[in-house]
Amino acid sequence: MRKNLLMTLAVSSALAFGVVACGDDDETPSGGGEEQAASNGGGDLSGKIAIDGSSTVAPFAEAAAELFQEENSGVQITVGTSGTGGGFEKFCAGETDISDASRPIDEEEEVPICEEGAVEYTEVQVANDGIAIATNKELAVDCLTTKQLKQIWNKGSKVKSLADVDPSLPDTELSLYGPGTDSGTFDFFTDEINGEEGVSREDYEASEDDNQLVTGVSGDEGGFGYFGFSYYESAADGLNLVGVDSGDGCIKPSAETIQDGSYTPLARPLFMYPSAKAMQRPEVKAFMEFVVAQARAIAEAAKIVPLTDEQTQTAKDELAQAEAGA
Amino acid sequence: MTGAQIAARAAGRSVIPKAARRDRAFAAFFRALMYGAVGLSVLALATLLYDVARDGLPKLSVDFLTSFPSRIIPANSGIESAIYGTLWLMVVCAVIVVPLGIATAVYLEEFADRTKWWNRVVEVNIQNLAAVPSVVYGILGLAFIVRGPISLGRTVLAGGITLALLVLPVVIIVAREAIRAVPSSIREGSLALGATQWQTIWKQVLPGSIAGIATGVILALSRAIGETAPLLVIGAAVNPRFNPEGLGSAFTALPIQIFAWTQDPNREFVDLAAAAILVMMVVLLLMNSFAIFLRNRYEQNW
Amino acid sequence: MGRRTSLVRRPSGRSRFEAAIKAILFGAAVVSILTTLAIVFSLLKETIAFFGDVPVGDYLFGTKWTPQFQGDQQSFGVLPLVWGTLYLTGIGLLVAIPIGILSGMYLAEFAPTRVRKIIKPVLELLAGVPTIVFGYFALTFFTPEVLRNALGLGVNQFNALSAGIILGVLVVPTIATLVEDAMAAVPQSLREGSAGLGANRVQTAIRVVFPAALSGIVAALVLGTSRAIGETVIILIAGGQTANLSLNPTESYQSMAAFIAATARGDIPTGSIEYETIFVVGMTLFVFTLVLNMISIRMVRRYRQVYE
Repeated sequence: MRKNLLMTLAVSSALAFGVVACGDDDETPSGGGEEQAASNGGGDLSGKIAIDGSSTVAPFAEAAAELFQEENSGVQITVGTSGTGGGFEKFCAGETDISDASRPIDEEEEVPICEEGAVEYTEVQVANDGIAIATNKELAVDCLTTKQLKQIWNKGSKVKSLADVDPSLPDTELSLYGPGTDSGTFDFFTDEINGEEGVSREDYEASEDDNQLVTGVSGDEGGFGYFGFSYYESAADGLNLVGVDSGDGCIKPSAETIQDGSYTPLARPLFMYPSAKAMQRPEVKAFMEFVVAQARAIAEAAKIVPLTDEQTQTAKDELAQAEAGA
Repeated sequence: MTGAQIAARAAGRSVIPKAARRDRAFAAFFRALMYGAVGLSVLALATLLYDVARDGLPKLSVDFLTSFPSRIIPANSGIESAIYGTLWLMVVCAVIVVPLGIATAVYLEEFADRTKWWNRVVEVNIQNLAAVPSVVYGILGLAFIVRGPISLGRTVLAGGITLALLVLPVVIIVAREAIRAVPSSIREGSLALGATQWQTIWKQVLPGSIAGIATGVILALSRAIGETAPLLVIGAAVNPRFNPEGLGSAFTALPIQIFAWTQDPNREFVDLAAAAILVMMVVLLLMNSFAIFLRNRYEQNW
Repeated sequence: MGRRTSLVRRPSGRSRFEAAIKAILFGAAVVSILTTLAIVFSLLKETIAFFGDVPVGDYLFGTKWTPQFQGDQQSFGVLPLVWGTLYLTGIGLLVAIPIGILSGMYLAEFAPTRVRKIIKPVLELLAGVPTIVFGYFALTFFTPEVLRNALGLGVNQFNALSAGIILGVLVVPTIATLVEDAMAAVPQSLREGSAGLGANRVQTAIRVVFPAALSGIVAALVLGTSRAIGETVIILIAGGQTANLSLNPTESYQSMAAFIAATARGDIPTGSIEYETIFVVGMTLFVFTLVLNMISIRMVRRYRQVYE
């Protein structure tokens, strides 16, 4: 009887080990980039690409990774979301291959660190983005001026409802949502609207995860938040988009107004910074070329505002230059 | 018996006086409260299962089990990397926790002199460890195993070790009970026949308690499978499109994937979370049934 | 006189082997000590570093928790997190204590065997459900369908009521099974005596068995509280991420454990002040649960002693 028990246990453990150890082999696109070259799925590229940085660029990077891996299943790409600042920290320490950024690399604070770490890079614009101001569907407001936005979001603001900035607006108590302070979106918004980066009121629901913000705003009666435009687009049914008036009339964010810059001041370019060292690896080179060539398709898949034709050309030139120089 | 009771018995009535009406009313009310309480528990479980099943069943398919998570197309998303991650973690966890747990339990039950203070410290310490929140084990993993002295990085091995430390106290406690259940007559008989202490343990006590130990280990592992907080703190990968290749690989796990999908504003992904929950619950159900089967089949009735 | 035969056998190969085994097993036991030491050490190290930057008084008594901001907007008062933890635990216990005690009492004193065969597995199932499932349930069903649609309450997407109630549901099996154990351990003689004095079963249960099992029941409550305090995922998913010091259950709150899991996502840079906040909050949480656990161990020992 004991022998049976031991046998049962032994067999089940062996099964578990077996599934784990052998299970990978007959799966199609899976790991194994080290020992075996990519089996099915074509392409003989293999290796790992580490991408980290802005959570706004992340959907683009992840869509690019997915589409790239359809042709090159031997390449493992991980996309982290430490925020633009956090991404650059790792990038300049040599820990990542490509840094996602929702703003250019900071001349004063970040460039010196990269120089110290002997990390050379290329700045490639891959898409456009705007920050969408959104409210809950029940909270109907069509337009806000930048001044009103500052009133609501500035440090020390006591604004409790939209009626406080404009008596004609509803007096529902606001439920504020916004990105956390590590986020490039936060930096950009506070810089443009409040006048100084990092300065903001504190009593809002902060999250690095834009998805949570969207869920929050669409769920609360007085929901009011700001996040990347692509996150708005993927949940547009449950949200009310607010237009921004910076002096030239009310402009609502859309692919066009973001691309041509009329949605100011909350439109911005999105970048990927591949390091020169990483570009020497064939898989990284192929990936970046894929990104630039397919930028439009990737942006559409990720529901991000794509580059204009002109911007696409510039990006291709930048990349070609980088490859030639390397 | 009182005089009234004797008289009652003589008259053929009940000896114990019937409770006053107020008491009976209260008793009925209290019973209703209890039924309500129990009913609420059953209702809670039923609603939970119903909700998960309603959201998740439509999304279950073989494709779901054999695809990787996609960030952009919910219809193509699956939990392959999560399943493999969980399996890897479980194997690492079991390999560590089974020998360590049994060895500690054997030491405490068979060798430790209870009067020595250090043995009492070990005992109390294990009970305290069992009550430490799982997120603190995550902090331990991050500071000590992923970074710090051991510096394994955000790998499967680090995750497995952290989970092992988390469930180790539970395994020790369960193994101790199983070993304690072996009657001392068995031990004494073995010693009387000339066996040494270790021979007694190896040949009599352990085989006699192995059913209880195995049940406990499986239950502890099933607890480890469902743990989210420690893996979050260590840095499990989110939406990876690869399976772990080795102990040094990045990983995800079913609870982590569920966690990520649950919070997605896209309803499609939320439903995928429910489907993944169903898969996880089935795995847990299988494990628990296996544990109960082992206990019933091989339980020693001394 | 012949050679003096020692009664003490000199260590033969066998006993040396036995001694080695004992040493190895002791080594295994020591791992548990090492674990505790490692936990305390890693928590302590960063906590001390933290208090190098932030005065202890500011941390313990400050009422604003905004570690992620910069400059003069940054504040490290932990009270909102502690309050959030206690508030959510309180709501949970309000649910779990009555249901748990009543269920445990029912199982111990009243339930016929047929009903027991159903209820006990239900409780065991509930106890085995991973907390992430409860979190999913709270966010995607309880908040929208129960609180908002069915009850018409105007709660936030992330709110304390939902997280607290579901937290209570999580803890019910713990309390119920321990209360049942405590009451079942009360000797039958007490019940018989009570019946002999004319009490009905409810009176016996409430006035005799319950007080007799009191220390075990209190131990159950303390353990349930400890479990609720340490719970992370339900609050993280359904309770929100705002450190809140008010009393409004429709708003979002953050507990200590939820803060740790939200902040420490594996890529936080070592040595930064945010990294340190994880540890100091973790230390606070650890102390809370340690104290609670020691109390419950004492109570369990007391009630076991009375009847063994």
